[in-house]
Amino acid sequence: MNEIQREKLVKGLLYAAVGLSIVILPIIVVWVTANGLGAINLEFLTGRPYRFEYGGIYPQIIGSVYLVSLCTLLGGPLGIASAIYLAEYAPDNVVTRTVRFFTETLAGMPSIVIGLFGLQFLVYFLKLKTSLLAGAVSLSFMMLPWTIRASEEAIKVVPQEYREASLAMGATKWQTILRVVLPAAVPGIVTGVLLGMGKAMGETAVVWLTAGSGLEAFVPRTLRSPTGSLPMYIYLLATQGHTAEGMQNAFGASLVLLVMFLAMSVSALLIRNHYLRRLG
Amino acid sequence: MNNTYMINGDAAAFSPRLANDKVVFKGFNLWYGDNHVLKDIDATIKSNIVTAFMGPSGCGKSTLLRSIDRMNDIIPSCRTEGDVYIDGRNIYDADEDVYTLRKAVGMVFQKPNPFPMSIYDNIAYGPRLHKTASGDELDKIVEESLRGAALWDEVKDRLRMNAFGLSGGQQQRLCIARALSINPDIILMDEPCSALDPIATIKIEALMRELKERYTVVLVTHNLQQAARVSEMTAFMYLGEIIEFGATRDVFENPRNELTENYITGRFG
Repeated sequence: MNEIQREKLVKGLLYAAVGLSIVILPIIVVWVTANGLGAINLEFLTGRPYRFEYGGIYPQIIGSVYLVSLCTLLGGPLGIASAIYLAEYAPDNVVTRTVRFFTETLAGMPSIVIGLFGLQFLVYFLKLKTSLLAGAVSLSFMMLPWTIRASEEAIKVVPQEYREASLAMGATKWQTILRVVLPAAVPGIVTGVLLGMGKAMGETAVVWLTAGSGLEAFVPRTLRSPTGSLPMYIYLLATQGHTAEGMQNAFGASLVLLVMFLAMSVSALLIRNHYLRRLG
Repeated sequence: MNNTYMINGDAAAFSPRLANDKVVFKGFNLWYGDNHVLKDIDATIKSNIVTAFMGPSGCGKSTLLRSIDRMNDIIPSCRTEGDVYIDGRNIYDADEDVYTLRKAVGMVFQKPNPFPMSIYDNIAYGPRLHKTASGDELDKIVEESLRGAALWDEVKDRLRMNAFGLSGGQQQRLCIARALSINPDIILMDEPCSALDPIATIKIEALMRELKERYTVVLVTHNLQQAARVSEMTAFMYLGEIIEFGATRDVFENPRNELTENYITGRFG
């Protein structure tokens, strides 16, 4: 084989690799849609689950929305505030580097470990019970490092010239951050928060241990009520369902989860583009 | 000695003895860590003229400029000794409010650095920040500032447009207008034309000559021709020291120091 043939071979193999990579995602989407579409009807979307694998998933949809919203409410501001400190105020020393190291390590921590911690610490020790609140707090532990990392990065790439211009006008550091740096960092921060929300929405192990059994027939009425969620519902029906209808409902719930995830990604993209356009 | 500098008309008629003192450096030293950047600076900048600081890269001219509004404070390793007075007040006093100081001293940077906002919001940034104006009054300040920077006619119909849509020269004039919006006494310009084309440079230089009627303008430049064209007084800096400082006409036509002469005749730079 000469050099030209080898070049062609390598190129062909790389084509095959990229082709394989990009068809996997559509295959999953098509597969889930094909299997789940039959389950989707008004009753499925608005009804309650009964006798394990029958009925609808309304409490699970609302449960997931509540969990992710509350988790974002708790983890979002805390993560952004931490990122502001790390990017703008933290001196470059051992303490800062240690904090940053832990943040990065926490981002890769197996979720089952966070779930177990949430179970022992929040559910039992702080007596939050298996509840919406315990689930959301545990999920925010998981979301936090992603938000911090993405936001810190977004803040750091705001050009130094903006800060100098603002300081030279007599602005304080905090005024500069609030009026110039954060608005310019919004696209990156939004992406970071939504990335974290996406992870929280799809998370199963954490909610399994802290939020509820998954098949709750009621929407949680208080923060201390247990709550169902789509990932838990899918897990239970897929592993313990007995009928074809159960499996179809698991795929139906997956399809709903997928659409919610897609809606979030698209809105992230729209928000991002809106701000980027405004920033020029 | 043969040189070809075009000294501006104002400079030819200018006498330092007749102008008031605005900024006075007294035994001023500055370090970045162990690096001694400014050495025993003694200099007086006169009001309502353009004073140019020139010298090769790394001579400390930008650092000196930034000492006048204490922008060097941002750098953690920065340390100073000695005093700088503005209108007789020592701005390195322990109880000096640096934010009030910076309100009175406008700054224009090397690279045009408008905020990622509309033209209007760029100019309104300072007045809004210091809550000095709102509503119609703010509109008036925006117009006056843009007129002051000779930009109004070019942008009056598109004040809501993003500032990044302007050309480089327009962006720099926008930055000058932004500096004017908080009504400073002194305007510091740190190589304001180094990123601009010749036409835009001519406009900014014409603007400097207008600005000195109302403001004290301090210009840092590595462009000797520019210093000769716009300034009344010129300082030549080398390795952190002011080697020569006097009327622009004298510095360019009869330099007293050999280093200055070598620099303006292009033997180094």
